[in-house]
Amino acid sequence: MLNTLEPHPGGWERLATTFVWSAAALVTATFCWLLGDIIWHGLSHISWAFLTTPPRNAGREGGIGPILVSTLLILGVCLGVAVPLGVGTAVLLAEFTTDTSLFGRLTRRSLDVLSGVPSIVFGLFGNAFFCKTLGLGFSILSGGLTLACMVLPILIRSTEEGFRTVPTGYRLSAAALGLSRTTTLLYLLLPAAVPGLLVGLVLGVGRAIAETAALIFTSGYVDRMPQSLLDSGRALSVHIFDLSMNVSGGDSHAYASALVLIFALLAINGATSWLTKHWLSRRIVTV
Amino acid sequence: MTSSDNNILSRWPTDRLLLWLLRGTAAIAGSIVLLIVLFLVLDALPALQHIGIARFFTDPSWHPAEHFYNLTPMLWGTLFATIGAVLVATPLGILSAVFCQYYAPPALGRLYRKLIELLAGIPSVVYGFWGLVVLVPLIGAIHPPGPSLLAGIVILTIMILPTIALMADASLASIPPQYLRGAAALGLPRWATIRGVVFPAAKSGLFTGVILGTGRAIGETMAILMVCGNVVQAPQSLFDPVRTLTANIALEMAYALGNHRAALFVSGLFLMGMIAALVGAADRISREKIYA
Repeated sequence: MLNTLEPHPGGWERLATTFVWSAAALVTATFCWLLGDIIWHGLSHISWAFLTTPPRNAGREGGIGPILVSTLLILGVCLGVAVPLGVGTAVLLAEFTTDTSLFGRLTRRSLDVLSGVPSIVFGLFGNAFFCKTLGLGFSILSGGLTLACMVLPILIRSTEEGFRTVPTGYRLSAAALGLSRTTTLLYLLLPAAVPGLLVGLVLGVGRAIAETAALIFTSGYVDRMPQSLLDSGRALSVHIFDLSMNVSGGDSHAYASALVLIFALLAINGATSWLTKHWLSRRIVTV
Repeated sequence: MTSSDNNILSRWPTDRLLLWLLRGTAAIAGSIVLLIVLFLVLDALPALQHIGIARFFTDPSWHPAEHFYNLTPMLWGTLFATIGAVLVATPLGILSAVFCQYYAPPALGRLYRKLIELLAGIPSVVYGFWGLVVLVPLIGAIHPPGPSLLAGIVILTIMILPTIALMADASLASIPPQYLRGAAALGLPRWATIRGVVFPAAKSGLFTGVILGTGRAIGETMAILMVCGNVVQAPQSLFDPVRTLTANIALEMAYALGNHRAALFVSGLFLMGMIAALVGAADRISREKIYA
């Protein structure tokens, strides 16, 4: 659409083109450097044994088995709490409030602020509320609940988006048929909004699995296999942090753990784009 | 529309139950922020009472064991690192978006956008780790000691660039096409169109992206903790190690007790205040959608 022919490109035009291309090249080069470095150093250490065995010698040897289990448990707690809360809130915001209602506006505003809260502040809050006040201590439960607070805004926003793309005709037809709004919601709107919910879920998992600062003071450092949700468990990102900062000679295993984390995120990222492409495009429910 | 507040026409008791259930979940979700502020204030209260706000700025140093609680070096650290990163990341991010939209061939543009999205998803601890093992030794070779404000700025730049670039990309994409056609019809070349038409029209989106990026830079903890050296001092040069507010919390929370712990919660409150101000600003800017 732009005039790209430029019959007589002046000095500024040529300078600008150079700048734009070099900016893009610089960003691409940095990205390749970062990813290449981690793949290069990490790939050789990844094996089935690395993924399943417990760490030995503070993580310098052994694997990341219990750490993966803790990470999954933290994620499970996080989603188990965040999904019902998030879906409920999204339904209320999208279906049961008008844009101008005070309650809706306040909720939305507070979620906006929540999405900007720095992760370390979530950590402080989780430590003060879940660990101390509720007495859960340093545990997987505390960590998961803290993360749930953190991913809630992302989850709500994209689920709400999902509900908003359901055509109004659905609601009007259901109302005309005399269906209760509960029935409409459960059998008509919810299935149609599932894609949005899934995208939100995937984004939320991505944010939760990448989180470190909020977990250090809530789920803790213990790298043993967790026996219950009240045990402290070390998440993968905390493991990378600990290996690189506190354990001399832990770099090679930190590389490998970082690669595992990046693989997980790439898989999640791929899932998001696949979902948006293949599922969001066909929204009409065939019930 | 069916989405009215109190649909008194609804005969179904389940509907009323559902509504209250949903209101319950929304009330919980909405009150988390209040809960966070409440608990920060509650835990910060001892420090505010026993130390007082003024001493966080006037004490001779930050030595909690000796009851000195001067937060200014950390504030400077956060400020310098954030400003540096925003100054570098803003042009790079906006030029990246311009590249995607107007300079790159469509296939390359898509690929580049994908790359930026991937960059946005990489965890901060991985950035920090890379900075620690690659960047810090590199900077150390040029000008010891290595862990420095500069390393922090570089890592933060890489981290907030995707935020700025993706927001800018979205706002460039939403410019009415007739603006561009008009510019092309006037015979404006590419950069002149971008500078004279595109940037003014996309102003609010670009600003929002920068503000969101700033918020991310202020709140970033792990990466900055890993590369900045964490010495409590107001930096004199780019190569001096610094400690930011967030890093200070992460470093000392593990063993902090009493007033010391409360002082850390005060710095958490400072952070919340900065973020709230930024969210407010972003909200203002995105609401006044002025097309020049």
